[in-house]
Amino acid sequence: MAVPQVAAPPPATRRVRRSYQGWKFVGPFMIVFALVFLAPIVYAIYLSLYRNRLIGGNAFVGLDNYTQALQDAQFWSGVGRVGLFLVVQVPIMLFLALLVALALDSGRLYGKSFFRVSIFLPYAVPAVVAALMWGFIYGSQFGLVGSINDALGISLPDPLKPSLILASIGNITTWQFVGYNMLIFYSALQVVPKSLYESAAIDGAGQVRIIRSIKLPAIRGALVIATIFSIIGSFQLFNEPAILRNLAPNAITTFFTPNYYAYSLTFSGQQINYSAAIAVVMAVITMIVAYVVQLRGTKDL
Amino acid sequence: MSRFLKVAAVASAAVLALTACGGGDDSSSSGSSGGSTVSDADVTAALEKGGTLTVWAWEPTLKDVVTKFQEKYPNVKVDLVNAGTGDKQYTALQNAIAAGKGVPDVGQIEYYALPQFAIGKALTDLKSYGAESLKADFNPGPWNSVNSGGGVYGLPMDSGPMALYYNKEVFDKYKIEVPKTWTEYLEAARKLHKADPKAYITNDTGDAGLTTSLIWQAGGKPYTVDGTNVTINFTDAGSQEFVKVWQALISEKLLAPVSSWSDGWFQGIGNGSIATVATGAWMPANFVTSAPAGSGKWRAAELPQWTAGANASAENGGSALSVMDKGANKELAYGFLKFANDGDGVQIRVDGGAFPATSKTLADPAWLADEFEYFGGQKANEIFAKSAQQVVTGWSYLPFQVYSNSVFNDTAGKAYVSNTTLADGLKAWQDQSAKYGNEQGFTVK
Amino acid sequence: MTTTTSPVRSSSRTGKPVTLSSKKRRKGSVLLTVLTAVMALYSLFPLAWLVINSTKTQDGLFSSFGLWFDDGKFALFSNIADTFTYNDGIYLRWLGNTAIYVLVGAGGATFLALLAGYGLAKFNFVGKKAVFAIVIGAVAVPPTALAVPTFLMFSKMGLTNTPWAVIIPSLISPFGLYLMWTFAAQAVPTEMLEAARVDGAGEFRTLFKLSVPLLMPGIITTLLFTMVATMNNYFLPLIMLKNPDWYPLTVGLNSWNAQAATAGGEAVFNLVITGSLITVVLLLAAFLSLQRYWQSGLAAGSVKE
Repeated sequence: MAVPQVAAPPPATRRVRRSYQGWKFVGPFMIVFALVFLAPIVYAIYLSLYRNRLIGGNAFVGLDNYTQALQDAQFWSGVGRVGLFLVVQVPIMLFLALLVALALDSGRLYGKSFFRVSIFLPYAVPAVVAALMWGFIYGSQFGLVGSINDALGISLPDPLKPSLILASIGNITTWQFVGYNMLIFYSALQVVPKSLYESAAIDGAGQVRIIRSIKLPAIRGALVIATIFSIIGSFQLFNEPAILRNLAPNAITTFFTPNYYAYSLTFSGQQINYSAAIAVVMAVITMIVAYVVQLRGTKDL
Repeated sequence: MSRFLKVAAVASAAVLALTACGGGDDSSSSGSSGGSTVSDADVTAALEKGGTLTVWAWEPTLKDVVTKFQEKYPNVKVDLVNAGTGDKQYTALQNAIAAGKGVPDVGQIEYYALPQFAIGKALTDLKSYGAESLKADFNPGPWNSVNSGGGVYGLPMDSGPMALYYNKEVFDKYKIEVPKTWTEYLEAARKLHKADPKAYITNDTGDAGLTTSLIWQAGGKPYTVDGTNVTINFTDAGSQEFVKVWQALISEKLLAPVSSWSDGWFQGIGNGSIATVATGAWMPANFVTSAPAGSGKWRAAELPQWTAGANASAENGGSALSVMDKGANKELAYGFLKFANDGDGVQIRVDGGAFPATSKTLADPAWLADEFEYFGGQKANEIFAKSAQQVVTGWSYLPFQVYSNSVFNDTAGKAYVSNTTLADGLKAWQDQSAKYGNEQGFTVK
Repeated sequence: MTTTTSPVRSSSRTGKPVTLSSKKRRKGSVLLTVLTAVMALYSLFPLAWLVINSTKTQDGLFSSFGLWFDDGKFALFSNIADTFTYNDGIYLRWLGNTAIYVLVGAGGATFLALLAGYGLAKFNFVGKKAVFAIVIGAVAVPPTALAVPTFLMFSKMGLTNTPWAVIIPSLISPFGLYLMWTFAAQAVPTEMLEAARVDGAGEFRTLFKLSVPLLMPGIITTLLFTMVATMNNYFLPLIMLKNPDWYPLTVGLNSWNAQAATAGGEAVFNLVITGSLITVVLLLAAFLSLQRYWQSGLAAGSVKE
């Protein structure tokens, strides 16, 4: 609805004006950006070269923290976990979002604006509230799952047990972000010229055919950008495990996701320096994956 | 630093300036530490002179204490800030200390975390303020807890001598005797869960505080601390006693898989599906406010024993108020500590439902005669006071217990949700804690 | 390049398709509607839980079935009253704080993104490629990992425990920048800017007089997303703010949720739930009213073009 036709990277104008004119516009953003993004990153890199100990104080250790990170089984188990999450949850979520967007766009839906708003609604629910609600629903003793078990005399598996917890978290993020992605796809679909597929329909093309050969290629840019943001989001998975941990402390370890690991290192162990190294390694991994996806996504255009 | 600046020079000028001050000095705010002694007269003078105090604490009864304190010393303005509970506040404290700014004058610190702040030189040793003379005012358990490495790093605010709280209605319904030993407790757990599969003797999803407290009660001493030399050992006799009973409770699925303090927990306490809670004497206030549905049904009893006929207890929870080393007005801060934890503040807090750490209160007949409505009119303080006298001596926490507790569920917690045994889980906890200790410059064996 | 932004135009180029499309609109598909309804149900049922449980007392929460009302006691109004009066009415204060953070943070973020996105789309300048690379690269760094360095820096600057510690980081929205960039590239004709320059109008004057009306849909969209992001902001205020008087709603509500877990603390889950419901309702209201605004913006934009 609101997002313009998106394509990555956006087309640049060919008109060349005085070559510093643009900085007048970009400057303010970049100054604040430098303050809240670049400075902390540089500072994190600086921190990652030191090690501060409870006994013995601060010392320059070069790349020791990085060597340790590369050999840290806990760190890599977290990376593996978000990798799995990424491969399973992101496609499901984007697929659902795309289906809903196509359904909304088809013009064959009763109560279209109701659906659009209600499916977008979870995105507006703050994470704290979302975790409260789902925490209740997942409770196999006193929660909704427990009530259903009682009422129907069945025993559903405990969604908070270690083997299911990742799926349960995936469900929450899917719930929260289907609407958001749906909105991005739907907006992109809105600006596809209707004449394109209406004439195709006259030529006898079926709906599936129109979707495959007209609509999807037209919104490829949106698909790529949504995928990239979802990948970054997965790698940064934090809120849901952090809040659900109160209910499932044994299923969600302090190194459950790399981001949560960095948080635990800093806030429980005071290992600020090592945590900074983990953050830097994770940033590099995320950038590589996002870059590869972007490259693949735009190459086929 | 200069090498770093060269590296950073590629970035924008703004970045440069910021990082330079990020790594810079913080000498400006550090106050005078140690050295000269401070007399009571100095403290009184500071209170008369007045000033502003920032106190970080989450204990709800302190609000009234602050009001009364300001009435008595009108020149003092106390800024009471709830900077989070427990480890959240410690994080905030560590951050403030690291940044060298925004450190409060007084902080509430739980006993298990106190050695860590003491060894990190974040707290003022109150010996030079004459705190040692107050020793007789406090119960030995909490007093011992504020002593660390030869210094006195706070005044005890509250304490948590343990008791067993049980739902009498449930016990009566299934004709279960109140257990005198942990073996009987295990029997009671089996009987209850068999009679009602929706009911559990208690909940536990792995709680470092409960585990260490029960090992403490069993006479185990898994931690020894001598300066920076530390040993961790969960294979001693006391730890094994605990493992034996708890392993059975876990294996036979007799523990409700509900985390303490969750809404499900309060629900279980209220509706009888969680039949007992073994915890500190500060718990009654929480029962009243958070599980009102259980009012009148619950009772307090002495903690079950590991050896039949023994009289052993342990502490669970409890916290001190400490004067921060980077605080600006330490005399004034110490004056507040004395008022709140040793003076008029004690009664105000007791009236508000807190459990005191002062020996005078524990011997007070009026206090002992208090009838608890939640416990059906039971004079529960008698049980708590007795427990306070029976706390096993010689226990100490690790100087990095905050970290250690944070990884309890990563390691020992596996025993609650998989085939890992509790003994193996504790071993993993021991190893992980030792690894951290060594990395932090301790010598851990 | 600009033709794609105007679906109205392009479909009116040929007469037939318009009638076809309007015919199609009338013929709804029951199957499609049912499938979408399943999705909507999934989205709404946790919210139904929120609504139902906001009508219960603290006791009722524990003693009644989660997806149905508590018999007898309908406590919604007393819960709402309690929410606004508990702790000397601090909820209202949190509401006000949130409004300030959202207004200044999201408003500022949108403004900066508008300027920068426009600059990137309509000017070629030295370092433009670097800007793109740096912004995209920085987005990949986990924000929670940057929180501590940011905290230490802000602390040195004396910004912690002030509203600025929450507002300044909210001023940057890389996604907002991306939106404004693509939008400006497509919605603002370069020829129009050239003409304005020939007339001697200043660049900023051109932006605000001529381009902003065209960019309105993009601006509102960016505002919408940055608003939700600021509203959801939890972790940063949590570590930056110590004084509950400066908490936004998310941190405040969670502190209510956590306060039961302290010696002597009082469980107020009913107020947490009601407070959450009020928060969600307000966000929804903002979203719906903005949506209306945005629709008129789109209409204006496409007509002008």
